[in-house]
Amino acid sequence: MNKPDVIVIGGGLVGSAIAYGLSKNARVLVLDEGDRAFRATRGNFGLVWVQSKGFGAPHYARWSKRSADLWADFAAELKDATGVDTHHKRTGGVHLLLTEQEVAARAAMMEQLRREAGNDGYDYEMLDAAGVRSLLPNVGPRVLGASFTPYDGVANPLYTIRALHTSLAARGAQYSPGHTVSLIDKEAGVFVVRTDKGSFHAPKLLIAAGLGTRRLAELVGIRVPVNPQRGQVLVTERLAPGVMGGGVTFTNARQMVEGSVIIGDSQEDVGLDNRTTVPVISNIAARAMTCFPVLEKAQIVRAWGALRVMSPDGLPIYAESKTMPGAFAATCHSGVTLCAAHAREIAGWIAGGARPEPTLKLVPERFDVPKAA
Amino acid sequence: MFRRLPSADAGARLRLTIDGVAVELRAGETVAAALFLAGSKAGRTTPVSGTPRGPYCMMGVCFDCLVQIDGEGNRQACMIEAREGMVVTRQMGARALGGKAES
Amino acid sequence: MTERFELAIVGAGPAGMAAALEAKARGLSAVVLDEQPRPGGQIYRRAEARDARLEAALGAEYAHGMALTEKFLAGGVAYRPNTTLWDLSPELRLSVLRDNRAGEIDAAHVILATGAMERPVPVRGWILPGAMSVGAAQILLKTTGAVPDKPAVLAGSGPLLYLLAAQYLAAGVEVRALVETQPGANYRAAAPYLLPALWQRKLLLKGAAMLRDLRKHGVKRWQGASSLAVEGNDACTALTFAVNGKRERIETELVLLHEGVIPNVHVTMAINGGHDWDATQLCWRPRLDAWGATSVDGVSVAGDGGGIWGAEAAEHTGRIAALGAAQRLGKISEEARDRAASHARASLARLRGARQFLDLLYKPAPGQRLPPDDVIVCRCEEVTAGTLREVARIGAIGLTQAKTYTRCGMGPCQGRMCGPTVAALVADERKMPEASVPPYRPRAPYKPVTIGALAAAVDADTPPPDASAGAH
Ligand SMILES: Cc1cc2nc3c(=O)[nH]c(=O)nc-3n(C[C@H](O)[C@H](O)[C@H](O)COP(=O)(O)OP(=O)(O)OC[C@H]3O[C@@H](n4cnc5c(N)ncnc54)[C@H](O)[C@@H]3O)c2cc1C
Ligand code: FES
Repeated sequence: MNKPDVIVIGGGLVGSAIAYGLSKNARVLVLDEGDRAFRATRGNFGLVWVQSKGFGAPHYARWSKRSADLWADFAAELKDATGVDTHHKRTGGVHLLLTEQEVAARAAMMEQLRREAGNDGYDYEMLDAAGVRSLLPNVGPRVLGASFTPYDGVANPLYTIRALHTSLAARGAQYSPGHTVSLIDKEAGVFVVRTDKGSFHAPKLLIAAGLGTRRLAELVGIRVPVNPQRGQVLVTERLAPGVMGGGVTFTNARQMVEGSVIIGDSQEDVGLDNRTTVPVISNIAARAMTCFPVLEKAQIVRAWGALRVMSPDGLPIYAESKTMPGAFAATCHSGVTLCAAHAREIAGWIAGGARPEPTLKLVPERFDVPKAA
Repeated sequence: MFRRLPSADAGARLRLTIDGVAVELRAGETVAAALFLAGSKAGRTTPVSGTPRGPYCMMGVCFDCLVQIDGEGNRQACMIEAREGMVVTRQMGARALGGKAES
Repeated sequence: MTERFELAIVGAGPAGMAAALEAKARGLSAVVLDEQPRPGGQIYRRAEARDARLEAALGAEYAHGMALTEKFLAGGVAYRPNTTLWDLSPELRLSVLRDNRAGEIDAAHVILATGAMERPVPVRGWILPGAMSVGAAQILLKTTGAVPDKPAVLAGSGPLLYLLAAQYLAAGVEVRALVETQPGANYRAAAPYLLPALWQRKLLLKGAAMLRDLRKHGVKRWQGASSLAVEGNDACTALTFAVNGKRERIETELVLLHEGVIPNVHVTMAINGGHDWDATQLCWRPRLDAWGATSVDGVSVAGDGGGIWGAEAAEHTGRIAALGAAQRLGKISEEARDRAASHARASLARLRGARQFLDLLYKPAPGQRLPPDDVIVCRCEEVTAGTLREVARIGAIGLTQAKTYTRCGMGPCQGRMCGPTVAALVADERKMPEASVPPYRPRAPYKPVTIGALAAAVDADTPPPDASAGAH
């Protein structure tokens, strides 16, 4: 592409959503790595999730909820533009609990989230064993309770990325995979981005390269201390609808529109290793079966490991470089949930508008302050 | 679609049913072979579009031979040896876990 | 339950059986597992049943296979039929499934002898009942003595096409026609390799005899056919194709398709072994050293899984891999290993001489791998060539991204049946060399496993930890 207005490094959900927003009014070039890159976009669970977000950080709870609120409209817009259905649905969400300790811990967390939400409100419900069963007849006898909020929902992250890349092309933006960015300079007020295949120039730059953001953002003077955290996920064969026995969404197993049930997931700190391991897979299967005994005979046809992009506090980082203005960085863990807010509000900010209020504290400087004891 | 060569008729006999119809086999033969000998062209319909499919590779690769065997869905007919009294039903669309179809 | 062996061999075909016998002779404790109920692999199907009735039709090699199978079963090597490998860990722990129960085998060395699969032939209508692979029909012949009840059409390219036709004729079964797709250019490309192939007189004579058979029985042969299409609504009713600029149509209820065989690289890919693109056989091959060792420590490959050389060669590579393992595990010296392997190596060199000729002669025509837009490429998820071309344009430069966009490769076959075609389409649409299109990355479970079988490995009394409580 000749003379883009903005170069976006990283074509995962974060980079692509913001690129999509920017491409309404600007010429955008998205550079992405090759086929085997670490790409959380391909390995996630597809929840548009609010209920556990922002514990001790109400602004993040607000931000997640805002994006979840924007999702329906965003999904409709994508479908209109591309014909691709992202399968977004706000179903309400349930987290199942198997021990008294889990129940107590969850109840305390949900109550604190309500307190912290203050005037914004936070509707939730703790369900006891009977309550869970009346809502979900298929749960197993060892399920002792659950938390529920109406805010949560789902989308298919794979159709979402396809819709985003399709509409980028339709808007004259360019998605260019197969480019590993190695260096970034600024020459005569213009950023120069060098990849293994060539150099690209633009007055504005966004780094949204997932785990790659750490190294690339440093080149423009932004500190983005993200680390990989592995999650393993299992998928069943396509099954007839209604396996979960209810329309709400669970955190650890959900039936996709296609019929397959995806079952997750683990949280492991193992560095840049996205392999699957038998002990973890077995554990995930065991928990799923305890929650939904009906799954016992379902066949797992695939499994994968994927790396989450985790900041030290698990919250997003959005920043503009102080030393090289015009260079931005954006990264988050919940790129599906925040997709709609990224496409609308973060793109608006990078294009020159105001920074969205809930993100004012989501700056890298928060990691400079030593934690109070 | 297939018939047995008269010269290949020796061996212990066994019977299974496919959608309720009895089929006679020789020991060591697969459920997929039973489908072919019984003349059923399609052993399943797909969960995606509902179109009919039959075994394609006979060596465990393609998964187009999926049928329900003794109540359990999506089993690979080409990899499973027939046993006396087996109840085989064609796999119509997506497998219904614990549903009526799969008891 | 965890079992321990010095050597675990996956696959009980000619390569696996030969490896097992050699390993046993060198004092290794070895186990052979295979997902099939009987030894013999894809070629010597049901050979151990000693079914003399079919011997005439199946020929001398089959008799040889029976002898090998018999020797293997009598050889005292631990053998686990109906046992499917679904994970191989870097520590060489094999996770297996037998009768839907999970188990484990720990080994100091692993030989993968998982063989080959037929190359998918994505012509229009190949998903219809009544269209199946030539290899599948041959398996029906070997295991059941089953033959088409109405004359079939055999279509595609490769020696197997003529072999099955000859076997049918020998069994007194009529063949409707052969529709051959290898382009005329193949004959010119292969011609220079005829001379080295002559060392393999037996093989070439056999080929000539098969062609004579076809002529004698008046089987119609169409050569240089292209744009094949299986017709029918719910099942095959006819095969159509273009030849010499004209469209032909043959009514038939059974079309048997073939475009050669390719190594089954699912496991070697899953364990991140190095692979090379074979531009003649048009497939990926694991990168192996002279002893069949992959780039993954302690894992070797024997037989057609390492490249398509045929059943006879598979026995030799099986022996060579076992000798390599025996030396690696300190059972024999390097000198003893080299000495023991010399005969197998000489035979291999001879067999490979003929292969180049056959590979070039029967190399699939480009059109057989690049179907028109409306043809379903991924049989499981029903993704068409047109959709795959579209996502190649928006950004798929490899199979993982193509899968992300379209679900191709996400079904139970795990991409085995669509991978080669998706790669060819991406390469063609993006003008990339096929060698630079990254293939699927297979993961465990290599074959479907039930949740119950997986969960059985976990202590039933303590609920598994809630790993995902705070995430998403
Ligand atoms: C197991 C698991 C479950 C999850 N579940 C959910 C969920 O339910 N809901 C939810 O909202 N989120 C979930 N997530 C998180 C979600 O997937 C991520 O937040 C999101 O995908 C992040 O998008 P990204 O674009 O930042 O990163 P990625 O998707 O990783 O994309 C980064 C891109 O940058 C490219 N890149 C990196 N370095 C370079 C370079 N040098 N040059 C060029 N390109 C480069 C990479 O190739 C990649 O394409 C989950 C994640 C995991 C792992
Ligand atoms: S026929 Fe292909 S898997 Fe059974």
